[in-house]
Amino acid sequence: MTDALTTNGAPKTMRDRLRLWWRAEPAHPMKRAQFNAPLAPWLFVLPQIAVVVVFFYWPAIQAVTSSFYIEDPFGFGATFVGLENYKTALDSTQYASTAAFTAFFCVVVTTLALGFGLLLAVKADKVIRGAHSYKTLLIAVYAIAPPVAGLIGMMFFDMHIGPFTEIAAWFGYELKVGVNYWDTVVALVTIAVWKQIPYNFIFFLSGMQSIPASVREAALIDARSGWRRFCDVTLPLLAPTAFFLLIINITYTMFDTFPIIDVIVKDKPANNPMTLVYKVYLDGFKGNDIGGSSAQSVILMIVVAVLTVVQFRFLERRVHYG
Amino acid sequence: MFTKTTTALALSLTASSAMATDISWWHGMSGRNGEVINEISQQFNDAQDSCNLTPISKGTYEEALSSGIAAFRAGEQPNILQVFDAGSATIIAAQGATIPAEDLITGAGEAFNREDFIAGVRNFYADSAGKFIGMPFNSSAPIMYYNTQAFEAAGVEPPKTWEEFEQVAPKLKEAGYLPMTASQLTWMMVENFKSRNNQQFATNNNGYDSAEGTEMIVSDENTEMMFHKLKDWADAGLYGFYGAGWADNLKPFEEGKAAMWIGSSGSFGGLQKSANFEFGADFMPYWDAIEGAGTQSFIGGAALFAMAGKPDAENACTAQFFTFLTAPETQVYWHKNTGYVPITEAAYELAKSEGYYDEQPVAEVGIQQLMLPGGEWSKGYRMGFYPQIRSVMEREFNRIFSNETTVEDAFDTIETEGNALLARFAKSAS
Repeated sequence: MTDALTTNGAPKTMRDRLRLWWRAEPAHPMKRAQFNAPLAPWLFVLPQIAVVVVFFYWPAIQAVTSSFYIEDPFGFGATFVGLENYKTALDSTQYASTAAFTAFFCVVVTTLALGFGLLLAVKADKVIRGAHSYKTLLIAVYAIAPPVAGLIGMMFFDMHIGPFTEIAAWFGYELKVGVNYWDTVVALVTIAVWKQIPYNFIFFLSGMQSIPASVREAALIDARSGWRRFCDVTLPLLAPTAFFLLIINITYTMFDTFPIIDVIVKDKPANNPMTLVYKVYLDGFKGNDIGGSSAQSVILMIVVAVLTVVQFRFLERRVHYG
Repeated sequence: MFTKTTTALALSLTASSAMATDISWWHGMSGRNGEVINEISQQFNDAQDSCNLTPISKGTYEEALSSGIAAFRAGEQPNILQVFDAGSATIIAAQGATIPAEDLITGAGEAFNREDFIAGVRNFYADSAGKFIGMPFNSSAPIMYYNTQAFEAAGVEPPKTWEEFEQVAPKLKEAGYLPMTASQLTWMMVENFKSRNNQQFATNNNGYDSAEGTEMIVSDENTEMMFHKLKDWADAGLYGFYGAGWADNLKPFEEGKAAMWIGSSGSFGGLQKSANFEFGADFMPYWDAIEGAGTQSFIGGAALFAMAGKPDAENACTAQFFTFLTAPETQVYWHKNTGYVPITEAAYELAKSEGYYDEQPVAEVGIQQLMLPGGEWSKGYRMGFYPQIRSVMEREFNRIFSNETTVEDAFDTIETEGNALLARFAKSAS
């Protein structure tokens, strides 16, 4: 297996490395994959790549292009405006407050959904009798589609007939979801968290159940305090699950809460909180401002890219994969 | 039942003669109104053999417009697209996207006379010279509904002006009612505050003359006065504000808690079913103190646009359908089944001669308001990116009523952001 391109099994230069890769030779022979033909792996990933190109790269390129224009929605005229669309978005106080809310929403929803998910998983893990029905009940919510979750939530928070509005009235508080900014925030957070808890619960529970019994028993001998055992043994072993869930939850809050917001604000957001992605939709699809909306989506794309890099560089290092 | 009718309809639509030219119509109506659109299309298909019209619901008004735009860019546009009032500037500015309705109809050799249409609908979808670009279709007016019992209990008459409202409102409150709610303040208290009180809404002749340099006028004394009053009324419990949603503001009236509701004449059909009390309607109030006030209102609702890029045979069918749609019989059928106003004088006369308004006096209020004398500024307005401007207004109004801002600051913001949007729109059109 020694080759002109390698010395002691390792490639000499980047160029050699690329050539090896092209020849489907492993850079490190120890990690050799099972494919011998250079074409076969490509053939297998082709459908996936095609999907990504058609549904992601192509629209992304289009978005970047139109973000530099102010366009007539019907496509007759377009004026090149350079970075003006970006400037308009970033200068707008409305955009700034939407961005601030999105960040706030991400932190709060992720924290609460992960916290409750973990708490329920820890408790459910201890249940022996009737464990199955507990789990089923907890997981059931996950089967509800987000728009339906939004509708159910909306019924609870309705200004006129909502039970939550009535409960608030007992305490002398006039809950006005849709009129009062923070009331709507409370409703959005509640519904978004409620919808996401079961997902986190499933993963945490299965993560906990995959911790070997021997480890748990050893921990039991070392520490009497359940809290210490949880902090020192369970939590570190759950870290890969938690890291995965963190990313999923942030993505969920940023993007998948769209239908919940749409239902709550009844497509007239007024001064109600909304996420950045909802604003992209609003300006682009309802306002027909293609340039402005494209610029916002490019900004969003950059934010997500940065966030992903940060997560993997700084957080993943601390995660121990068993 | 519903599926059955639709299936039957779909079958009969496809079954009509194979030689017929197919044309399509995308609209943004659902529920009962959507069904009536299907019925009218069927009537058109039954009335002649050469054309076959298929109506397709695209969801809401906004969704219909977005779908139409996307389809046009892909060269897959329908023959007819329904576009709502706030979106009209967008489609009218895109010359080349549509064939002006008037050119289409006269080009196909059909008769067309602007004067046949009631005064209130003549200008809204026309260019500054008065040529019909869009074909007015479902037209509504903002009117005042009132709970008869509430006014009897308070021993007062429904107000004609806002001054009268200030007189009667405390008495309605004493009688245990919330005196007033209003849906969609943008349409009621800004756009139609302008029309009913004959106030200029935008420079460049309310935007009709050119998109370039058009600026909106909303931080004026009178508009701000209207909102100061609304805020004061809200604080005094004389007016209930329930956010930007249409239904949230209608609900207290439907439940019999509110004495008055400013809503759409097109809501009449729905109210007949949902309100289990006797109600009446009158014109939307105006300010007696404003000179020249009491003019007609702008029409709301939507118009039909003939999309460009279609073969002549299909365009001829579209023209034929437009003519069919304005026929008095079709208009009266539409009027009675939906609550939207008849758009031609002849249709109005026909409904009157049939004695419809003796049975349903409320149904006549909208059209009468549209037939009031017009003022310089009550013909309409034309502003691009207007749906977004409405969103800005909705945001600021919510902030006014939740004490996050003052009326002056709110309207300054609306004017600044609105003008920025108008400037952007002017660039998009060039």
